[in-house]
Amino acid sequence: MPYRIFVAVGLAAALATRCPGAEPPVDFSRDVLPILSENCFLCHGPDAAARKADLRLDVRESALRADDPIVEPGNSEESELFLRLVTDDVDDKMPPRKSGKTLTPAQVETLARWIDQGAKWGKHWAFETPTRPEPPAVGADLPVRNPIDRFVLARLEREGLKPASEADKTALVRRVTLDLNGVPPTVAEIDAFLADDRPDAYERLVDRLLASPRYGETMATEWLDAARYADTNGYQNDFARTMWPWRDWVVAAFNRNMPFDRFAVEQLAGDKLPGATLSQKVATGFNRNNRTVTEAGSIDEEYRIENAVDRVETTSAVFLGLTMGCARCHDHKYDPITQDEFYEFLGFFNDVNEKGVYTETRGNVPPLIAVPTDAQRDRLASLDAAVAEAEAALKQAESGLDAEQAEWEASTRTRELPAEPADHARRFELAGSLPEGATFRGQGGPNWVDGPTGKALALDGGPGSVVDLGPGGDLKRDEPFAIALWVRPLADGACVSKMDDANGFRGYDVSVTEGGKLTLHLIHAWPADAIKVKTKALLPRNPWARVAVSYDGSGKASGVNMYVDGRPVGTEAEADSLQGDSTTGQPTRIGGRSTGLLLRGELADVRIFSRALAPEEVAAAYERAVLGIARAPEPERTAVGKALLARFFRERVDGSTPPLAERLAALKKEKADFEAAVPTVMIMEDAPEPRPLHPLKRGLYDQPDESVALTAGVPACLPPLPSGVAPDRLALAEWIVAPENPLTARVTVNRVWLRHFGEGLVKSAENFGIQGEPPSNPDLLDWLATEFVRGGWDLKALHRLIVTSATYRQASPVSADLVALDPENRLLARGPRFRLDAETVRDNALAIAGLLSSRLGGPSVKPYQPAGLWEELAGGAGEGPYVQDHGADLYRRSLYVYRKRTVPHPVVATFDAPSREICLVKRARTNTPLQALELLNDVVYVEAARGLAARMLAEGGSAAEDRVVFGFRTAVGRAPNQRERRVLLAGLESRLEAFRADPEAARALIAQGESPAPADVDPVELAAYAATAGVILNLDETITLE
Amino acid sequence: MDQLQIAQEMNRRLFLRGAGLGLGSMALGSLMGPAAVAGDAAAGTAGLGADAGLPGLPHFAPRAKRVIYLFQSGAPSQLDLLDYKPAIRERRGIDLPDSIRMGQRITTMTSGQKSFPVAPSIFKFAQHGQSGAWISELLPHTAKVVDDLCIIRSMQTDAINHDPAVTFIQTGSQLAGRPSMGAWIAYGLGSMNQDLPTFVVMLSRGRTDQPLYDRLWGSGFLPTRYQGVKLRGGKEPVLYLTNPSGCPPRLRRRQLDDLGELNALRHEEVGDPEILTRVAQYELAYRMQSSVPELTDLASEPKSVLDLYGPDVHKPGSYAANCLLARRLAERGVRFIQLYHMGWDQHGDLPNQIRAQCRDTDQASAALLIDLKQRGLLDDTLIVWGGEFGRTVYSQGALTATNYGRDHHPRCFTVWLAGGGIKPGVVHGETDDFSYNVVKDPVDVFDLNATILHLLGIDHERLTYKFQGREFRLTDIAGKVAKPLLA
Repeated sequence: MPYRIFVAVGLAAALATRCPGAEPPVDFSRDVLPILSENCFLCHGPDAAARKADLRLDVRESALRADDPIVEPGNSEESELFLRLVTDDVDDKMPPRKSGKTLTPAQVETLARWIDQGAKWGKHWAFETPTRPEPPAVGADLPVRNPIDRFVLARLEREGLKPASEADKTALVRRVTLDLNGVPPTVAEIDAFLADDRPDAYERLVDRLLASPRYGETMATEWLDAARYADTNGYQNDFARTMWPWRDWVVAAFNRNMPFDRFAVEQLAGDKLPGATLSQKVATGFNRNNRTVTEAGSIDEEYRIENAVDRVETTSAVFLGLTMGCARCHDHKYDPITQDEFYEFLGFFNDVNEKGVYTETRGNVPPLIAVPTDAQRDRLASLDAAVAEAEAALKQAESGLDAEQAEWEASTRTRELPAEPADHARRFELAGSLPEGATFRGQGGPNWVDGPTGKALALDGGPGSVVDLGPGGDLKRDEPFAIALWVRPLADGACVSKMDDANGFRGYDVSVTEGGKLTLHLIHAWPADAIKVKTKALLPRNPWARVAVSYDGSGKASGVNMYVDGRPVGTEAEADSLQGDSTTGQPTRIGGRSTGLLLRGELADVRIFSRALAPEEVAAAYERAVLGIARAPEPERTAVGKALLARFFRERVDGSTPPLAERLAALKKEKADFEAAVPTVMIMEDAPEPRPLHPLKRGLYDQPDESVALTAGVPACLPPLPSGVAPDRLALAEWIVAPENPLTARVTVNRVWLRHFGEGLVKSAENFGIQGEPPSNPDLLDWLATEFVRGGWDLKALHRLIVTSATYRQASPVSADLVALDPENRLLARGPRFRLDAETVRDNALAIAGLLSSRLGGPSVKPYQPAGLWEELAGGAGEGPYVQDHGADLYRRSLYVYRKRTVPHPVVATFDAPSREICLVKRARTNTPLQALELLNDVVYVEAARGLAARMLAEGGSAAEDRVVFGFRTAVGRAPNQRERRVLLAGLESRLEAFRADPEAARALIAQGESPAPADVDPVELAAYAATAGVILNLDETITLE
Repeated sequence: MDQLQIAQEMNRRLFLRGAGLGLGSMALGSLMGPAAVAGDAAAGTAGLGADAGLPGLPHFAPRAKRVIYLFQSGAPSQLDLLDYKPAIRERRGIDLPDSIRMGQRITTMTSGQKSFPVAPSIFKFAQHGQSGAWISELLPHTAKVVDDLCIIRSMQTDAINHDPAVTFIQTGSQLAGRPSMGAWIAYGLGSMNQDLPTFVVMLSRGRTDQPLYDRLWGSGFLPTRYQGVKLRGGKEPVLYLTNPSGCPPRLRRRQLDDLGELNALRHEEVGDPEILTRVAQYELAYRMQSSVPELTDLASEPKSVLDLYGPDVHKPGSYAANCLLARRLAERGVRFIQLYHMGWDQHGDLPNQIRAQCRDTDQASAALLIDLKQRGLLDDTLIVWGGEFGRTVYSQGALTATNYGRDHHPRCFTVWLAGGGIKPGVVHGETDDFSYNVVKDPVDVFDLNATILHLLGIDHERLTYKFQGREFRLTDIAGKVAKPLLA
């Protein structure tokens, strides 16, 4: 074997899983596939379009093809595959130079050995359903608490390493409390655990923590990252939305220990479960958490597709650990997922009953559902009952009224009609024809419709929809006048006018403005020299009204009176400064002014008087008009007239029903207002008609390949959907949690492991595909996955299993040698030690300070945030400035902090919390000076330090040393050693001295934050302790789980 | 993972962490000097301002050491500023010919319009400098430095709305999740200074409220330490930079000393090198507390320099003040300096709004160039000026004698480059008579980004980061260096 090169592997010998020189079997999935994938698949892999030389190395049939096979099983030196790797000929050498890829000698050696051993192909390990491995036997002297330890210890034995001893009880109680509940143990809880010498004291502690509501809050955080949950829609103006009811569903599901398979099914397809409950529908908010576009000008289909793609990427990453998004534009380069299969998977999300763009829409967008609290539900039920009762009462009162009205109508025929003023200067009946000399300025002739007493003029408000009545008819400041008319306004506009818009609006109009207010303008030059009077109330919602405006010629707004349906109504003056002349050369017009304020609506019987009208005259005229209808024979009445008559009888004659109608209207309004205050949540719901499903060329929304019709489905490299089941979201959800699905359980237990140890068994928690990292302990991963499924997907049991293992309970201190050998603790020869996640950094400090609120759930909160952060980016375009909360909401757990996607809150973003724009299953963990600045100077931490100081003084005893020990223990669990005490006490002494010399500074320091400092403590002492507590809160140990 | 891979991985980590481990035995005092921080830079877990960059980078000799990106957010109208189109004056008010539009998509803000009347710019253009480039009267200061500019009139993008378009030009993807250009460069090249961030962002408000998003300077899937640090106008330029009231510097120094000592004691006990990194980060934070205020204090700038940038330079947070700060950041070794100026989104009332926008920006943009040149810094500083797309030749809304609006237009827009490695006094590319389609030398967003990386000595195809099993790059799977732009 001339080409074989053995390499000194130095340090790694300790990690080796085989002895150099021996010929252990090569495993295709573990040893060969990663090499081929990384170096060869770009050109010889699953992507048909990019494939070179029609050769693919991911399937045996292609490499062993009859024509020109490139592998000769059993003989590497006869195999083209091997020869191409080792040749010196630059043209033949693989991988080609320009690929930038090179195999290491050891990788070449592995491939050679694999060929020599028969070149057995296999499946990628993660695509094979796991089989339950037997926990290996390990030395009797080794600490085994449960099967996890056997897998870990067997690996350590192979590496020649010994596990660390068990952590002391103080370290354990802090570690597991922070880990499971996201808050530190109190000193009293630590002491109680130390005093508990029952053999199962630790297990009891774990059970208590798993039963705490804090558990659900703590577990929710990482799920919210995966589900890209936030409080805003994430694009452009980034409007607020209300998804927190879904977030509360997640917390409750964790706390109730909902089995993970159920948890998955309800979130993916709860709406499709038979008899879906409100809670199951709320659960589907999972796949509505994606960003949604409201930017004006965006194209609907483009973002409908992006929404569906986001759901494919999120669902495949969270549950399957697959990067399906890579197959959107072409076949996947590494994993056996074709582009068609990507769109088949997208088919599960193709029918959601939504638009891609909701232009400039604030708040939740459909489909959505109201999520009332229990109290709200009760209130709604009682409002429903009250509305029904009021409706019944009105109906009851209505019955028989028609007969009474008929009697009354008959009686009117024998009575004399009231007199009406007959001295009008001009009258335009508008009852089916225009007055002589009048011109309609619009297209065609005017439209005539039924009015109260006959025909009426209908205007559409469009260009030219105005009647020009010719010259004459000026109204003047010093001459009284009155105008009465029937109007049915459909939008604001002028009823009658004689006005020159271009000349300071000189003239007059009677118009409807501000959505229904009767208005009179009398103008010389607007606005400085004018009268403007309008009604306070809108015209009645009943369609037709007889309105009248009367002016006494006084030159004052107070000289204007207005009437609706014969009765005076309240008015207000907006301008009252008319001095000049209001005559113009413009004609009198119906339906508009000289250029604007075109009325959309109907008009009839306009009368203009050259004197003011008295209230009784207006009332009499109205009554006369209505009674005229009553006296007309039935066939001569219009529908409008009949409605008017019925209303007149009920309101002015009978009088029994208006209070009932008012009551009903008030109740309906109350109900509508209440419903508007009930939060909604966005949910999944499919459209009645399925949408066609096609692959999109190059992944572009406007390039569907309509020659290919697809149905929803799952990739062929994974088990099939059960036959006979409609391929919908519910089928997908059940397939995801089927026991034979090779990925879901592995991916899930890996994430749980990641949370407890700071790194997963598979480091690439987001990718279990061929390019993912192989598991550090494959048997342990498979045992945990099968155990998880066997136990009914019981998450609390899984956490309990892991945290009660000897592996987890190891002490975390590490020697320099072990750091060098295993810097990331993949071998687990020591306990976990890593920085707390962003939310826990803050929650931990608040808890240590005694400030943390324990309130569960509800709308997200806005704690302290530096001024101007939102305005700098959006100028308040999305939702205005950040309005900080006060009181307990300043100290809620950080999972409740308002998540604005385009401007993440620095208190969590600085410590690596993601912006939640897209799904994220594993956070980075960085260590930056911005974190230092935040912990030192953010008001929340300055206030927390003072909170801890107050506790040191109140609860820590009377001696300085006892107080310092109490503060230290509150933060990190253990007591400080002698050297640490000396540093802390000397520091405290120096600060006491400094603040004694500068008591102003002391008062300023303890005034930070909105919670009050204790009044009965010397500010100098409190400040000195606060500055010392600040040191404690900034310790690496305080923000670290160890 | 086979034996050798493991060995290599271990060796790499050992190498990376070696310096960090070595710190454990050093006296605490030495942690505060620059030497210790340089060592920490090699530790790889260090934060901003202390990264050494990737081994092997730059790939070749860079022409620019740093970038100042003057991003004009909202999309300035190329037709009214830099892409002179005299031929359409005759066609004023006619409908845009179908032969020009060719059915290309337009936004739903104008797709319902009954007509697309051609709106020639009402502004006067003239030729300037040796190069004779046509510049609008709106940019009198830019016109004076035109011989230093390389004007690209043939830029193109894929997106037609702000959010995806700005995200695309800054991250190479229309959707959220990818690292920004500054983050890529910080990751690849590392820092050139000891006490300031590598990648700094400054925002200024324009005439309309056009939102921006943190993701535009985010690190995407790169470690968060590569994200841009926002430098804000006002008394706290970096978030939480200032000690709380009641905490004078001496008190803070003593706190940090105690903290450092306690952390070192803990490191002796538990051995985790991360603790030493944290100590170093606290010291860097402490240094930033003096380096940042020194940076933002313009008192030492002579009046002649302040006058160069115009009167707005005295308003913290204005574009002019940010331009001057950009120069100061460049002098102090900050690698990537990104300005965003908002307010270019002129759908209606364009003539009035763009006049004001230009008044706010023209002088300071030109002043920055002149100032850098005077100091010899322009040779190795690349300046980029431009927005996320162009604007339409047809009027959005009514076209009147004095007024018009313009909708978003992705098919062509104008950007200028200047400084390190750029050929000066050049106009590159050409659009048709309607400034609608590129007819010569198109440069797309990937090409521009590839070119920027090239000038920094980076082969855009080789600056990659493996995420979800795939090697990602700023230029995705595209991008050609625009060679004609290079000096």
